[in-house]
Amino acid sequence: MSQQFTPNNPLPQEAKTPSQMAVFSPEVEAEIDRHLSKYPAERKRSAILPLMFIVQRERGYLDPPGVAYLADRLGVRITDIWEVATFYSMINTKPVGRYHLQVCRTLSCKILGAGRITKHCTEKLGIKPGETTADGQFSLSEVECLGSCGTAPMMQIGFDYYENLTPEKVDEIIERCRGGQVSNGVR
Amino acid sequence: MFIGAIGCEPLQLARVNLENSRSLEVYRQHGGYEALKKVLDGMSPDDVINEVKKSVLRGRGGAGFPTGMKWSFVPKDSPKPKYVVCNADESEPGTFKDRYLMERDPHMLIEGMLIAAYALGSRAAYCYTRGEYRYLIEIMDQAIEEARSAGFVGEKIMGSDFSCEVYTHSGAGAYICGEETALLNSLEGLRGHPRMKPPFPAVAGLYGCPTVVNNVETLTAVPDIIKMGGEAYQKLGTEKSGGTKVWSVSGHVNRPGVYELPMGYDDMEKFIMEDCGGITDGKKLKAVIPGGSSVYIMPAADILGRDVKMDYEGLVAAGSMVGSGGFIVMDETVDIFESTKNLIEFYKHESCGWCTPCREGTDWLVKIFKRIARGEGRPDDAQLILDLCDNIEGKSFCPLGDAAAWPIQSAIKKFPEDFRRHLMPLVQPETTTV
Repeated sequence: MSQQFTPNNPLPQEAKTPSQMAVFSPEVEAEIDRHLSKYPAERKRSAILPLMFIVQRERGYLDPPGVAYLADRLGVRITDIWEVATFYSMINTKPVGRYHLQVCRTLSCKILGAGRITKHCTEKLGIKPGETTADGQFSLSEVECLGSCGTAPMMQIGFDYYENLTPEKVDEIIERCRGGQVSNGVR
Repeated sequence: MFIGAIGCEPLQLARVNLENSRSLEVYRQHGGYEALKKVLDGMSPDDVINEVKKSVLRGRGGAGFPTGMKWSFVPKDSPKPKYVVCNADESEPGTFKDRYLMERDPHMLIEGMLIAAYALGSRAAYCYTRGEYRYLIEIMDQAIEEARSAGFVGEKIMGSDFSCEVYTHSGAGAYICGEETALLNSLEGLRGHPRMKPPFPAVAGLYGCPTVVNNVETLTAVPDIIKMGGEAYQKLGTEKSGGTKVWSVSGHVNRPGVYELPMGYDDMEKFIMEDCGGITDGKKLKAVIPGGSSVYIMPAADILGRDVKMDYEGLVAAGSMVGSGGFIVMDETVDIFESTKNLIEFYKHESCGWCTPCREGTDWLVKIFKRIARGEGRPDDAQLILDLCDNIEGKSFCPLGDAAAWPIQSAIKKFPEDFRRHLMPLVQPETTTV
């Protein structure tokens, strides 16, 4: 039996021929400089992940113009940026919903009801893990251990942890998202 | 959630419950930066390494390698810069102690990193923190700036000739980056693939320079070792497992939390059934994974009435390992087939793809576990799974492969009934909480 090989993260076509490069404000440029100053001058590439987070925050996800910018800023090839971006689960190479609900699925959370939390999100939002709502407001994912086992079950939205979850708490959090009162880590 | 010490005076958790515990002011009121002062006032780098050797401190990230020995492998005559890297990529399922150490007492970590840097002749120390712990990176950045303005970080620390910078660095979601050489690749801006050893990081680590990578809990033990002396620290624990250990406890216990215990704490049954408040809803204990998900699972029968001592030797004798010290406690409702399936899915997701046994092996294991879960289990599947594990264990490029195989092998060995039930398609498995 043969199996069709498909890469996990196929590159968008425009990634190969970037026509434009992202431009950032002087404040963001200064922030990027601060990150670069942590590493030896000839080792700028070390800042690749911190800079990817900045691009994501500014542009919603790591888009081709953002990738072109990083390659230029760090003095590496565009393919080097994609190589790294596709390895790390927190780097989004495709757009995600405005609020990305990431429910921990690993053992401690699982035995304390993570499945119930995910199911509740699915019912409430009408999307399964890996999907985004039609209005682009919510994405749902099941993620691996986030180091919150003592306060399980839990999920992460943006950079914030929501712990000791119950379906009622999830309802409340989703309402707060709808009211724009939850930080999503993106500008 | 409980945070505190049982059976000893708190060392690493001494300040965590104080108001404003993360501020420099509170840290200094409670002995903060006195160890660094003692070091700069009259200890040579070798003196520091010797105290750490005498303390019998062993790496708390999982491998348990003696810290003083690790430090002594760094060549003194190397003309290259040397680096200290703190491994705060805490991602082992069931482990969350480093998170609270950094959240509540960031200066303790900074002081530990500085003392390590002094001992190794390093002028730069990086704290590689998992990307999901963004709020901890912000706490650390704030603490570093506070320490800098008080003269503890930067040029000529406390008026001495010792200068050292401390930097934070963010990961971006990859369990494998907790492996020290994968962490170094990630810190260099590459994919987090592990490197071939040797050379070990002590000789060729970050940017090819001599580097020591230590876990958060390991480094935060250092200030107390210097203050009380290595020997006194060792005596808090046992001969081969010095000092105290911080354990994370989660799952079906009434009082989950972060517990500091003396090494050799007696015993595991008392710890779970009394200190952690026993099993929730009055249920029976079924199993414990005591060292983060990568260690052998222990059935209740190997714990209750067995007087299991909580240190490196005690847990090995009882059939498991200290690992990262992450207790996952499971009650009688948990189906060990299901819990093992949950973990192998974790390892499949986190396998970095570099070597074939781990990449392909974990993928096939997940396929087989999923087929069994669909009710298509075959009587010889347990043997098939064990054969697959045998082809991963000891044959993968880095320990992630072993970490994937061990929980499965021990689960089949210790809970054959839970597997057998699924391998007989005619018998419906009981409903469980997993």
